[in-house]
Amino acid sequence: MEKNVYLDLGYWVQKKAKQLGASQSALGINQSRSVSVDYRDGKVETLKESTQQSLWIELFAGGRYSSHSTNDLRKDSLEKFLTNAVDLTGFLTKDEFRRLADPELYKGQSKVDLDLNDSSQGDITAEERQARAKALGAQLEGKDERIISVASGFYDSHSESYQLASNGFEGHKESTSFTHGVSVSLQGAGDKKPEGWRYYRARHLNDLVGAEQTANEALARTQDRVGAEKIASETMPLLLENSNAAGLFWRLMGPLRASSIQQKNSFLADRKGEKVGSDILTITDEPSIVRGLGSRYYDGDGLAAKTMPIFTNGVLNNYYTDVYYGNKLGWTPNAGGSSNLIVKPGTRSGAEIEASLDRAILVTDWLGGNANGTTGDFSLGVAGWLIENGKRVKSITEMNISGNYNDLLMNLIEVGNDPWIHSSFRTPTMVFDKVSFSGS
Amino acid sequence: MVQMSRRDFVKVTGTGLALATLPGFIRTGFAGVGAGDNPYNFYFQRFGIDEDMIRKVMAEALHYGGDYCDLFFQNELSNSIRLQDNIVNSASTNVTLGVGIRVLNGNQTGYSFTEDITLSSMKAAARTAAGIASGSAKAAPQSFNATKLMNYYDTKVSYEDVGVKDKVGMLQTINDDVFKEDPRVVKASVNFSDSEKYILVVNSEGGIASDYQPMLRISVGCTAEEDGRRENNYFDYSARDDINFLTEAKLKRLPREAVARTVKLFAAQTPPAGEFPVVLSAGSAGILLHEAIGHGMEADFNRQGISVYSEKMNKKIAAPFVTIVDNGTNPNIRGSINVDDEGVPSEETVLVEDGILRTYIHDRISAKHYGVKPTGSGRRESFKHYPMPRMRNTYMRSGPHEFDEMIASVDYGILADQFTNGQVNIGPGDFTFYVKSGSLIENGKITAPIKDVNIIGNGPDVLEKVTMVANDMKMAEGGWTCGKNGQGVPVSQGMPSVLVSSITVGGRG
Repeated sequence: MEKNVYLDLGYWVQKKAKQLGASQSALGINQSRSVSVDYRDGKVETLKESTQQSLWIELFAGGRYSSHSTNDLRKDSLEKFLTNAVDLTGFLTKDEFRRLADPELYKGQSKVDLDLNDSSQGDITAEERQARAKALGAQLEGKDERIISVASGFYDSHSESYQLASNGFEGHKESTSFTHGVSVSLQGAGDKKPEGWRYYRARHLNDLVGAEQTANEALARTQDRVGAEKIASETMPLLLENSNAAGLFWRLMGPLRASSIQQKNSFLADRKGEKVGSDILTITDEPSIVRGLGSRYYDGDGLAAKTMPIFTNGVLNNYYTDVYYGNKLGWTPNAGGSSNLIVKPGTRSGAEIEASLDRAILVTDWLGGNANGTTGDFSLGVAGWLIENGKRVKSITEMNISGNYNDLLMNLIEVGNDPWIHSSFRTPTMVFDKVSFSGS
Repeated sequence: MVQMSRRDFVKVTGTGLALATLPGFIRTGFAGVGAGDNPYNFYFQRFGIDEDMIRKVMAEALHYGGDYCDLFFQNELSNSIRLQDNIVNSASTNVTLGVGIRVLNGNQTGYSFTEDITLSSMKAAARTAAGIASGSAKAAPQSFNATKLMNYYDTKVSYEDVGVKDKVGMLQTINDDVFKEDPRVVKASVNFSDSEKYILVVNSEGGIASDYQPMLRISVGCTAEEDGRRENNYFDYSARDDINFLTEAKLKRLPREAVARTVKLFAAQTPPAGEFPVVLSAGSAGILLHEAIGHGMEADFNRQGISVYSEKMNKKIAAPFVTIVDNGTNPNIRGSINVDDEGVPSEETVLVEDGILRTYIHDRISAKHYGVKPTGSGRRESFKHYPMPRMRNTYMRSGPHEFDEMIASVDYGILADQFTNGQVNIGPGDFTFYVKSGSLIENGKITAPIKDVNIIGNGPDVLEKVTMVANDMKMAEGGWTCGKNGQGVPVSQGMPSVLVSSITVGGRG
């Protein structure tokens, strides 16, 4: 991205919006280039390469608000786009809470170099991408005679954006992302063809977990699914694999937002400062992890990203408060959404915890389900293992866990020392007591 | 194709405002021209292209050989407007423009796209996609022949001609009705979105096809309080139609249904855990078909041998009164398309006929692999994506039973009414769908309401357990979007009332 070209365009759009009647505006210009290579059973299946750009703008005109986006960045198109956008805004109802952030909140961005951009990305050749995708799948040749198909892929992207607000915010982001993964289908009993996969993602190419480990884990996870069956319904401890725990926690992000609180759609409303989880539930939002997948200097409102406790020893500390809903609630905005989530670790590894459980279900995969953010009720499809006397005795599938987050969080009884660093939700192994599993 | 007549929106709102003074939402920079001698002139002018440019881009795409190439041009204008806290205080618009270029070499795909529809940018993208092949150059076709298409969504009014002020009035009226409906309502939100998508598909076999694909969705959500408890629910409509879809009756029903669905939850319990008979109410329960069999019938998974249905063609998989279709031709239904995103005309595809598995859902690649005709199911999210076999409107035809007969046959089970989402693992066939609300059935009678339960089963197993099918088939009314490999496409589904004799219900205790 040529800095001057896009910055100049951003300021031109900002000026044009003002001329047309939008007294204030916030905008962003994004550009990204991505390449993906997919192999299946030793052959290229798809090659895809693209460069894209887009502009978004929020307009504040006469106490009214609207937001717009386009991928047509030609100036004559943009002028018509903005003219219509400002005209449209005039027909909406005034909203006193729609304001740009207080410029004081722009201050205090991290001074740490988050190192989110791998400058070597531009040097990767088409041949190297293909070789990487192919090598992932090739790891599994001859490893299991039940293999029906192995798909593998390598994906990388470079993204850059400028963000401006007319009350003085100017931000620039540049980052890379690398993902590779393997998925495997095996012939199971009858017509069943169990499938499993493993993907890893990193900001820098050299931080990706190796091809051999990735492929072997994908195969092992698929082998685990062969012969899986449901068992009788039972209430027992839930052992949650570290790579899978985010599946339970991202559903808390909605109820933790100020928008849900203000709209009376959160079971966590009016509970700041209260104990909502067990003593070992400590989760912090940490935007400044070097090379972190959720790391950032500022959010979509331009707010400087800062470390924020969410739960400390079970007590709810903070809601994610963006500028608009912060204004509505009279709260100081802190962040529009999560960055990286850090869970305070325990002392034992996942394997040690597993070996200590008399009877539990280890959940390794989710399948569908949903949660009611207003009441905290949830019901989610699961697959994994029945654990007896510390051993995996039966592969299970086609079961649900159901309950309410209020109880679940209180029933967190152990946290592992093994955070899953390949996600912005860095969850360790977790154990929840008294979870209702439904099966046959 | 769309007719740019300016039918007044007053029919809907009754406000009688002078529309000419009101701006529509965002318009493109393109001049709207009518069709001339060449039916594609409108589209050529919209995208600023001509046949000679297309041939030059195709020559580049076939530079290294390849069996086939196509160019997918898209221009889409989307608007949404939202009411929250009693005022219509937010609106957004989005403009999308670009072309995707695909080269096929056997069953291998090379893909690239550009947002800059100039000859040089398109040639550069074409050269990238061409890299999937490694042979000698092939020539582009000399001429292009129009693909004959039917029109399954004959609309009269462009959303560009629907005034913002009228939309504001409509949302405000719905909001007022929500609060009038029940004193327990404490919050309401109303969202209205519309989009108009113009696509043009040209391929190296000389085929050319275009389509205008309108879409609307309106949803009403509300939160109610009772004895310190809160519940939230919603109701929505979606259709591939113009603004006249929203009749007075529908505008009245939206707030009524949203409130009724919300306050019903106060009395609802969570059912016990375990396997029970489940009766699915007619309509959006078709989500069961979408997950239990629809995805498994997408031919890419079968071509790869990884679907649980890969070896079941022409075998009996359900009772003789079970017939399941995937249809792109239902008038104005959300998942309907006149033509798919590979330029193949839409059709009705019979997946299961009288209990026997009959046809997969094909795109060009899989149709060639199996030596059959494509089924008009090659769909993509946008020009940024290559097409895949996808569902359109998936439903079961009516059967011989009666709804009351089904309920009467159940000693203890669940009646599932409202659904929010579902998912499937194609290989083992395990699938889920989430029941937002329903009722218990006890001793052959519908009793206490239930809520928030996930239901999980295995596709082929559950189809065998469909023991009764009623004669009341109904299509879903809301806006469903199907996700596959990171691409979302609008779909719909339908179902008569159905009894599944046993399936795992995610209750408690």
